[in-house]
Amino acid sequence: MKPSWLARCWRAMTSPSRHFSLGFLTLGGFVAGIVFWGGFNTAVEATNTEKFCIGCHEMRDNVFEELRATIHYNNRSGVRATCPDCHVPHEWVAKMGRKMQASKEVWGHLFGTIDTREKFLDKRLELAAHEWARLKANDSLECRNCHGFQFMDYTRQSPRARHSHSTALASGAATCIDCHKGIAHQLPDMRGVAGWE
Amino acid sequence: MRPGPAALCGWLALVLLTLPVSVAGQPLATLRHGVPLDEEGPAPPIPPVENTDRKRERSYPMQAPTIPHKIDNYQVDRYGHKCMTCHARGRVEASQAPMISVTHFMDRDGNFLATLSPRRYFCNQCHVPQHEVSLPVQNRFQDAEQLIRRRLDAQGR
Repeated sequence: MKPSWLARCWRAMTSPSRHFSLGFLTLGGFVAGIVFWGGFNTAVEATNTEKFCIGCHEMRDNVFEELRATIHYNNRSGVRATCPDCHVPHEWVAKMGRKMQASKEVWGHLFGTIDTREKFLDKRLELAAHEWARLKANDSLECRNCHGFQFMDYTRQSPRARHSHSTALASGAATCIDCHKGIAHQLPDMRGVAGWE
Repeated sequence: MRPGPAALCGWLALVLLTLPVSVAGQPLATLRHGVPLDEEGPAPPIPPVENTDRKRERSYPMQAPTIPHKIDNYQVDRYGHKCMTCHARGRVEASQAPMISVTHFMDRDGNFLATLSPRRYFCNQCHVPQHEVSLPVQNRFQDAEQLIRRRLDAQGR
C-alpha cells in the first residue's frame, strides 16, 4: 500500500537529509528564522499603532474622540501619547501577554459587544475598571514611561500638585491612576468607585 | 470795553462747536481699540488661568468664592463629579481643600440632605476660575466695611 501524504511528510521530517548539505540547511533555517521573526514583529508593531486602533469605529467614535480634547492629544508643545503608549506595555513579554488578551477585543468587535454608543456606555465601567486594575497592579507603569517621578520638579508644580506628589506619590501610598482617572477619556458612572462616591 | 451778552454767546457757541472736533481728532481709548463698530477686531489671546491655590478675598459674605486653580477638563456630569473628589465632606481631610458649604447640602425647602444637593451640582454656575489679566476698567466697588468706615470718618468718629 502506498503511504499516505501525511506519513511521507512525517518520514521526510524525521529522517536525515539526503539531498541538502548540513550547511545549507543551517543557513537556510537561520535566514528563514530572521524573515519569520522580523515578519512577526512587524505585524505586531502594525497592530500597535493608533491608526490600527481607530480602524474600528468602536475606538474611533468613542475613546479616540474623547481623547482629542485632552492634554494627551492636544497641548502647547505638541508631544502626545497614542493609544498603545498607555494601553500596551512596552516591555516585550508583557506586550505579548496584553496582545493575547486583546484577542478578546477582536471577538467583541465581530459580535458587536459595544457597536453603539449606548452599548459602550453601558459597558464602560467594566472596561475602565480593567484598565484601572492593570495600572494599579503595575504601579502606573505606562504613565511612568514618560512621567518619571525622579524628574518631577516640584517647584514647577502648583501647590496642591506639589503636596500630593511629595507625600502620597513619593511614599508609594498612591500611584498615578489613584487620582488621575478620566484624564484621557470621559469617566464611566463613578458611583461606588473609591474616592468618587 | 466789556463784551456784551451777544459776544459771550458767540464765544460759547464757538467753543461748543469746536469741542467735538478736537475729541474726534484724538481717538478715544476704548476697549474696542479703534475697531469700527460694524467690524469685529482680532480675538485677544486666551490668558493663563491663575493656579496659585491661594484663597482670594470676598467682596461680601455671601459671595461664592472664586476657584484658585485650573479646572481644565474637569468632568462634572451625571457620571462623575471631579470637584467633589476633593471638596466633598468625606474627602477634605485627604485633600485639605475647603468643604462645600452647608448651604450646598440643603434642598430648596431648607432640608439638609446627606450630600451635595442636586440644585448645587454644577459648581461653575457660581464658582469660576480667574485669569491672569490686568483689569481693562478699574473696579470702584466698595465693600460694606469700607462704606461704614467712610460714614464714620465723615462724622468725625
